[in-house]
Formats: sequence, structure tokens, C-alpha cells
Amino acid sequence: MKLILTISLGVAVSFAGYAQNNKITIPHTVEIGGEPPIWVSSSGISGEALQVLQFDLNVQGFAFTNVDNAQYQISGSANGNLQGRITDRISKANVLSKSYSGASLRRQVHAFVDDFMTQLQRKPICQTRVAFKGITGQNSEIFVSDFDGANAQSITHDNTIAAAPCWAGHNEMFYVSYKLNHADIFSQDLGNGSRKAFARYGGSNMSPAVSPDRSKVAMILSKDGWTDLYVCNIDGTGLTRLTKSPQDESSPCWSPDSKYICFASKENERRALRKISASGGTAKVIGTTGGINPTEPDWSPDGKYIAFTSQTGSFQICVVPAEGGEAIVLVEGEDPSWSPNSRTLCCSRRTGDGYVLSLLDVPTKLHRDISHITGSRSQSQPSWAR
Amino acid sequence: MRSYKAIQLLGLGLVLTVAAVGCKKKTTGVTPLPKAGLYGSGDSGTVDPGAAGKLNDGDKSTSGGISSEDIAKNGIGQQNNHANWIKDAEALKAETVHFEYDSTVIKSGDKAKVGHVADYLKNNVGAAIEVDGHCDERGTDEYNRSLGERRALAIREQLVGLGVDASRVDTLSFGRDKPVDTGHSEASHAKNRRGEFVVLTPPGAK
Repeated sequence: MKLILTISLGVAVSFAGYAQNNKITIPHTVEIGGEPPIWVSSSGISGEALQVLQFDLNVQGFAFTNVDNAQYQISGSANGNLQGRITDRISKANVLSKSYSGASLRRQVHAFVDDFMTQLQRKPICQTRVAFKGITGQNSEIFVSDFDGANAQSITHDNTIAAAPCWAGHNEMFYVSYKLNHADIFSQDLGNGSRKAFARYGGSNMSPAVSPDRSKVAMILSKDGWTDLYVCNIDGTGLTRLTKSPQDESSPCWSPDSKYICFASKENERRALRKISASGGTAKVIGTTGGINPTEPDWSPDGKYIAFTSQTGSFQICVVPAEGGEAIVLVEGEDPSWSPNSRTLCCSRRTGDGYVLSLLDVPTKLHRDISHITGSRSQSQPSWAR
Repeated sequence: MRSYKAIQLLGLGLVLTVAAVGCKKKTTGVTPLPKAGLYGSGDSGTVDPGAAGKLNDGDKSTSGGISSEDIAKNGIGQQNNHANWIKDAEALKAETVHFEYDSTVIKSGDKAKVGHVADYLKNNVGAAIEVDGHCDERGTDEYNRSLGERRALAIREQLVGLGVDASRVDTLSFGRDKPVDTGHSEASHAKNRRGEFVVLTPPGAK
């Protein structure tokens, strides 16, 4: 709540000043509620480059309008190489003026938007990657793509179920595969493709979560007769059972300092998010007032918020302060994963019989589905590399 | 606050931009993109358009020398040793048990089915059983994977209570990944919330 309110204040102040000085009415016709977007206009850039530009900016809280109503005026050309210029119409400052070459035009636009975000003191995200579970025929495989779904590639070809991908740094993936006839956890080096079984206890080995410092792995195991939360070192040593409950635990995630594990649980018939020290102890409830039946938590990299899925007949993406409190219900969706800059969420959304990935700018609730991902007919369980 | 700061800092941005523009004029007017290290972010250099294509696929390297058996040797834990046993999902299909929404309780009407499976195992001493837990689509992915496992474990518990050796009962959860009915009605959901029995026999047995 604090994040959203303060951002609101900042934006409101800047827009108020803008409107007063320039006698311009900012349009209020955004279909999605929440904080006002930052208005931008674009000229001279067309085709695929424009589509990429719009997508990249929409999912970071920018909306497009005509030049008279825009705070930032983007102009340029994209004939093979992108040349872009951004002017702040409030301060009249030239924010960015750059030319790009190499790679694809798509990538050049990503770099341009990243440079823009850097000028706005935001950590850029347009050249990051996401992993997800993609449905292929009757099976599912683990895929990796650009943050916007482009260049999707499967990293498994197990012809069975593969699920629950989780990055371990930027070059290694943990996931569950049924390749060896059980639900086992594997780790795979994305540089040379080599992989190994990580956890193959009796029963199901589920929901791996690697700590941000890459020192530990939390997971759900059933080897002791019920599904409980376990943690061990990244080399597999020091397995510790953290919960011993007749109820259930699922979907562990880590605090950014790698000290706590947050997970979904049910105790005394009450579903709640809980957190527990990675070295053991008593789990404490993280209150999610207004976010019913919380599950699939993901702790923001800046430590301030936990995003989760609320199950109420349909599924909603919610955000709550990491210490617990009032949950903010954002949009329909499942399984949120934070961007490296703690502002955008990647989640999955049900459409007909499948799922699509969707990117959501938390402060403005601006969101865009990723409509065309090649290689799979349904995409879910996103994990953002960060 | 970030946005407000950003506005304030645009002056700085302007300075930086001027610096960048100045730089641009000295060079060719082109800013090279950082190289896409496979998944790194810090590499620099010329962009390689094929960088994404470098991603190795698991199977290619598997065929390059890592077999399933090799993969299985690594890691922690020891799965039950029925990996290469022959699976028969048909023999006990009639004994499939069904669950209420979000429940792991075996309904009284279904307890006789578990009893039949226990009898089968007593009459086929060389066989083992895999109990597969499944869910409907209403929970989330990993919640359901965990719920399906608990359904399988609840059935396993009853089999053990009926005298079956625990080492003969494997459990496996498919969560919501393997519905028998892909509809979205309660009738479809009810069919999908189930525990199935797969008979396992050692390779080479009769």
C-alpha cells in the first residue's frame, strides 16, 4: 500500500504542476483502475518496433496518448536500426537521444526502453528472461523466453510432465520432471545443458525454490508420509524438515536476504501465508486481510511486498506488505513472479482451456497478455530471472 | 516516491544525456548493445542475434552421454526401486476412488475398493502398486500437486493399515495435470478428483 500511495503522490504532484503550467487536461479514460499511468506519445516509429515499444512501456506503467497530452514525447525511426529520442514536455529536457544497432530490431527497442527507465532511475527489465511451464500436446516442458515471451525455447524434452521452474542465478534452472517415473527435482545448467537429479526421495518431490544467494533450496517433500516443507543446502547436504503438520504446505519462496521462507499453508482449517526461518523454528502467519485463501507467494526482490494468488472461485493476483496487513487485489490471474525491479509481475491467466502469461504493472494495474509464444499451446508458472 | 525522485532527477538525466550525445558524436553515432550472455546481464560486446539459439537442450546433452540412469545416480534421496517395473494401469481401473473438493478423506463407499487392492497385493506377492493422486482444476498448480500427493498418501495409509508392506506402495501426484475429463462442470471436476492404482510387476516376471 505504501509503495502505491507514495508513487501516486509523486505522479499526482508532477501532473498537477503540468496541468497548471500548460493548461492541458490529462485524459482519464484508462480502462484499468488504480494509479494514473505516465502518458507518452510516439511518432516516427511503426510496425513491430512500435508494438514492442508499446508493450514494453505499458507493462511498466506508461500509456500512449497524442503528443499534446503526453508528458514524454517519443520520436524516432526504426528502419533496420532504431534511432530514438525522448523529450520531457514538462521540463523541456531531452531525456534520451540514442541510436542502436545489432541484434534484432526488437532487442534494440528493448535497449531503448531500458535506457529510458535508467534515466527515470528505474532498474531496467526489458532484456531479462522468464521461465515457464509450457503445455505441448499431452505433456508439459520447461521453457525460457525473453521477458515479453519472444524467443521461447524449451530446455527440457522429457515428453512427460515438467513443471515449477525456478531460477538459481541466471544460468541454472531447478524444476520438477516426471522423466524417471516419479515427481523428482532436477537442476540444469543452461550454458551446457547438463543436468542432474537434485531430489529423488520416495513420494513426490515438489516446488523447488532456490534462495536468492544460491546457498539453499526449499521444497515440498512427502517422504515422511505427508507433504511438508524442507530445506537443504544447494549441494544437497543438510536436509532439514521445517514443518511437521497434519495439514498442508505448498509453494515456498524466499525473502531477498535468504533468511526466511514464505509458504502457503492450512492450519486449523484456516488458509494463510506463513513465514519461517530457514534455520527452523516456529512459522508465523503473514496476514492477508482481504486476500482470501492465499497461495503461491512471491517475495519482491526489494523485500517490501509479497505477491500471491487468492482463490475465491476464480483466481486473483494480490499484493500485501511483507510484514502482513491489508492485501490489495489487483487483477485476475495466478502464480505471480516479481520482476527484478519489484514493480512488474508476470503471472498466468486462464483463457478458455489454457493459460497465457500476462505482465502487470503493480502501481497502475496496467497489464498486457503475451499473446504469441511459440512452441507451446498454454503457458503457466512463470519464474522471472532476477 | 521513485517517480517523484525521477522527475527531480531529470536534470541529472539531462546532463547524462548530453554526455551520451557528446559521446555519440565522437564515435559513429551508434550505441552497441550489451551482449546477451546466455542468461547473464553483465556481459558487454556486440550483440549476437543467435544468442538465444545457444541455449542447449537437455536431451542433446543427455544423448551426449548422460543417460536416465546417470541422472538418477546424482541427487539426494532414494526413490522406491520400482522405476523399471512394468506398469499396468488397467488391471485395477475399476477400483479408482474419488474425493470431495479439496479433501483427502477416502469416502466410506470407496473403502471397499482400497480393500480389493489390498487383496490383490496379497494374492500377487511379487507385485507392487503405484497410487496416483489427481485433482480438479480449481486449485493452483503446485497446491494441487501437493494435494494429489496427500490423496495418494491417504490411500497408501489405508493399504498399510490393511497389512500391505509399505515398501510395496509408491505414491505419485499428477496434481491437475492429467484430468480424465477436461470439462469445467462439477461433474467433470468430480471425475478428476481421484486416486488411481497402477500395478507394478518386476521386469522379466512371467
